[in-house]
Amino acid sequence: MLGYRRLDLNEVGDVVVVRFLDQKIIEDVNIQELGQELFRLVEVDNCRKILLNFSEVDFLSSAALGKLITMDKKAKKHGSVLKLSNIRPEIYEVFAITKLNRLFDINDDEADALATF
Amino acid sequence: MSENQWIWRCDRMIPSDTGIGREVMEEVLDQLQSHHWMEHDVFSVRLAMEEALVNAITHGNRLDTSKRIRICCDIAPEVIRIEITDEGEGFDPFSVPDPTSPEGRIRVGGRGVMLMKHFMSRVEYNDSGNTVVMEKEQAKE
Repeated sequence: MLGYRRLDLNEVGDVVVVRFLDQKIIEDVNIQELGQELFRLVEVDNCRKILLNFSEVDFLSSAALGKLITMDKKAKKHGSVLKLSNIRPEIYEVFAITKLNRLFDINDDEADALATF
Repeated sequence: MSENQWIWRCDRMIPSDTGIGREVMEEVLDQLQSHHWMEHDVFSVRLAMEEALVNAITHGNRLDTSKRIRICCDIAPEVIRIEITDEGEGFDPFSVPDPTSPEGRIRVGGRGVMLMKHFMSRVEYNDSGNTVVMEKEQAKE
């Protein structure tokens, strides 16, 4: 899949594994672009199984969380399965305190997540 | 805290620009790292300061570049104090809906104040709500 500037995509079987090229997901312009690329995976490229691997991410702002929430809504609407993995403890704390760990399917690592699709 | 306890201080007026705000934030975080603050505490300060700056610029000053933000920061060996003031009309921090409710969880925004309060030791607003003061005490090893 071409034309992605904020995401690194890799197909593992029928799952698209997404890694983020930004270590710190903060900048407004980058977050907007990131959101558009995530939504494109579902709405344009029709990816049915998507794993967001956060191993390269050491910070994300609440604005970035907003994009993930919208991504989740779009995935559900299109019948796609979305999972998250490799979230470092400080960032997981953000998901937990905001109870977004109940919204998202979060796995310890990529292998665990792939096994549950 | 007495004046001579502070090892680094800054007092900046900046335009309503998140990029410029982040430059000040990175300067503050560099100071924490140079004084060997633990990674989790630096993360906490980054997150809270990011949320406070975005709130001040986006909601307080409504992205009006003619309005300014004042950032005051004081660092002592065991504590950091950050004060951010915008030129907006303020808001009632107690009126922010609960972002952890079933309805709140699926909202795109509204988590900033909650995150600030969780990751910092103290968060207080002035009466009008256009100044926030946050403190973080360094965790004991």
